[in-house]
Amino acid sequence: MSTILIAIGLLTALALAFGALLGFAAVRFKVEGNPIVDQINDTLPQTQCGQCGYPGCKPYAEAIAGGEKINKCPPGGESTIQALADLLGVEPEPLDAEHGAEKDVPTVAVIREDECIGCTKCIQACPVDAILGAAKQMHTVIASECTGCDLCVEPCPVDCIDMVPVVTDRKTWYWEPPKQTLELIATDREQRTHEGAA
Amino acid sequence: MNLIPLKPVSLHDFDGGIHPAENKHQSTSQPIRPVPLPDELVLPLLQHIGNAAVPVVSVGDQVLKGQKIALDHGFVSAPLHAPTSGTVSAIEDRLVPHASGLSELCIVITPDGKDEWTAHQSLAAELGLSSADALPKDAVLSRIRDCGIAGMGGAGFPTSVKLNPGNRRIDTLVLNAAECEPYITSDDLLLRERAASVVRGAQIMLDLLDAPRCLVGIEDNKPEAAAALQAAIANAAESSRILAVVIPTKYPSGGEKQLIQILTGREVPSGGIPADVGIVCQNVATAAAVAEAVDQGRPLIGRITTLTGDAMTNKGNFDVLFGTPVSHLLAVGGYQPQKHERVIMGGPMMGFTLPDTSVPVVKTTNCLLAPTEKELPLNNPATACIRCGLCAQACPAGLLPQQLYWFSRAQEFDKAEQHNLFDCIECGACSYVCPSSIPLVQYYRYAKGAIHEERLANLKSEQARERFENRLARQEREQAEKEAKRKARAEAAAKAQATKSAEPVADSASAAPASAAKAEVSAEDTERKILAQKDRIAKATERLNAAQEQGLDTVDALAKGVAKQEEKLAELEKMLAGLKSSSTPASAPAPVKPELTVEDLEKKILAQKDRLAKATERLNTAQEQGLDTVDALAKGVARQEEKLADLEQTLNGLRSTTETTSGENH
Repeated sequence: MSTILIAIGLLTALALAFGALLGFAAVRFKVEGNPIVDQINDTLPQTQCGQCGYPGCKPYAEAIAGGEKINKCPPGGESTIQALADLLGVEPEPLDAEHGAEKDVPTVAVIREDECIGCTKCIQACPVDAILGAAKQMHTVIASECTGCDLCVEPCPVDCIDMVPVVTDRKTWYWEPPKQTLELIATDREQRTHEGAA
Repeated sequence: MNLIPLKPVSLHDFDGGIHPAENKHQSTSQPIRPVPLPDELVLPLLQHIGNAAVPVVSVGDQVLKGQKIALDHGFVSAPLHAPTSGTVSAIEDRLVPHASGLSELCIVITPDGKDEWTAHQSLAAELGLSSADALPKDAVLSRIRDCGIAGMGGAGFPTSVKLNPGNRRIDTLVLNAAECEPYITSDDLLLRERAASVVRGAQIMLDLLDAPRCLVGIEDNKPEAAAALQAAIANAAESSRILAVVIPTKYPSGGEKQLIQILTGREVPSGGIPADVGIVCQNVATAAAVAEAVDQGRPLIGRITTLTGDAMTNKGNFDVLFGTPVSHLLAVGGYQPQKHERVIMGGPMMGFTLPDTSVPVVKTTNCLLAPTEKELPLNNPATACIRCGLCAQACPAGLLPQQLYWFSRAQEFDKAEQHNLFDCIECGACSYVCPSSIPLVQYYRYAKGAIHEERLANLKSEQARERFENRLARQEREQAEKEAKRKARAEAAAKAQATKSAEPVADSASAAPASAAKAEVSAEDTERKILAQKDRIAKATERLNAAQEQGLDTVDALAKGVAKQEEKLAELEKMLAGLKSSSTPASAPAPVKPELTVEDLEKKILAQKDRLAKATERLNTAQEQGLDTVDALAKGVARQEEKLADLEQTLNGLRSTTETTSGENH
């Protein structure tokens, strides 16, 4: 009888001890906010273009955490969808065409400065404050800060903003992947060389 | 310094390596020869690692040989000098010797044939010292930088940066004369003919680094050069600090990290530089250039380049001025055009095929190889990897090339990085031994580039996120400020209302007609406006005073602002006076405003039409190409049309009202 009592007492003591520990940990190590939102936000391309229908990447990240579809980000394209699918453990879906298509090349906004009338509308539209200028003064885009989101193009009353592809220079250029030929076996290769020689 | 002769060093070995056919004898039978001046010299502003130089000459300028034509920009950079006297005929984008085949900004000089030097003198003479033994380090370093010297072994890292290792203690200077790559003999010939200046360069660099010893690593397939070097060391003063070490021939023993391992047994840590293990490594040609710069004041304007390959009849080493077009050198080398024209800059292992022969020779061009097809067959098509593991045995960096290949091919870049992709020196030993002819190095180069691009993109998106969040915070703050102001105003208005209702409003209100009541209301409004305006002026003046006190340069603008505010106040007061004196309601100059709006609207409609046209065009192209964005675009067009209709309606409404008002006015 006493063994049973000892066992029950011991287990109760253990349960109380661990309960207290867990209770303490829940208070002490409480995580503020939803960490998954930050993870999703880090995956998104941060162009802040609003093409997904949300006013920026963070709101869309919050919406995804709340169950929104992951295929509404054209600047991120397939790779972002894949990364989100991996992160959230859901099936990747093709990009939703309603929100626009993925760009082939990264672009940057350029203001044709002699046509700019200084209306400041593009400055207000820019989500990353990458346009410099003041009322009735010429505006210009800080190319290194521009995310190529297109948001400044629409409000311009004189249509003087162009989206131009980012130029590749020696610092950003890199080798193409080798062309993957048919998986030949070595004997095929010999024949080819002979053909070439002949 | 210590005069005890250096002990012979015991050699170490690195893992892997290969023994390709050397093919060096073709270009060593003749001494170094000069090259006739070409018609023009094309000098890329970026011939080194780091920032491009910035031109300080303009088109049409006369320049002398050795004159600085472009300044270094930033810490890791090198200036550029005119290789001969002549006229700057253009500063424009030209094809540069790079695997990308891109064009970059170049200074083009048309030589005048006089080859006239600009004033130059040794550093000792410049400083007024009698001997060149104890030169101040700062002066030597800035002279080396001023003379535009960048590593001539292949990478082109600015030498002055390398010779300034900060507070890291350097105990060994390693001079690289291994020249392990097949075909190339420029360092071999340099040592045979100009070993003395190499030794002098080594002494200057030893003094600069405060290092006790210098080891010159040279492969045993260059006995003449090694003998010449040893003789030069024996002849030089303070020769006990420099030791020529003959090492066994193996590719790539000339790799910086490999040579350091052979000579000292130390391994440069992953992602580190030789200075981390107390070593600075320089090419022998760089040492010779340093000696010329310090002792003669000659900037780096040319180098020894090997012309070789069976497609050339006149093989050998030549003293080439930078900017000399490759096509000019090919003519000198007696190039016979081939079925598959291939000119390789660098050696067969690490060089790259030039996109065009109009590109110039630059600071890193040690060899031009024009092989026949028989000599260097075109790449066989790659076949499947048979997992033989030869590449892992050949890799001098101790990596797993096969794993790196799989990861790079599958674009699993994070895994490739975990397998130390960035320790790959791209020597090509793995591709050389691969029985399946897989272009392994190209895969690694691609993976490295893609990873760099991704890192840049991540950095940029991080930056964008920060800016976006800052912007949101700013907007919120502004909103809060506005709200606070609005509240304060509302309170003030409520107070004013309370005091007013307490006053008896008998005298004018009872007597005046209905229209006068209206006028009174606007008079009250004006009064309030005047109060607000006065407030604003007070604030502006305060700000102006503060600015004046601190002597800011915004004073002018602020003063203007205050003046403007005062003007406004005067206007308001005048208006108030007018309102009070006349019982008739002030009729606002109405007909002007609507007319303006009509114009505005017309403009808007035009813009809208423009946008609509564009959208329709996009829709049409999408339809033609059968893209799946058609639906979305169609929706967009419909929306634009709606907006246009709206605008037109408003315009019509406005027009009719303006017409009636103007009719009434008539």
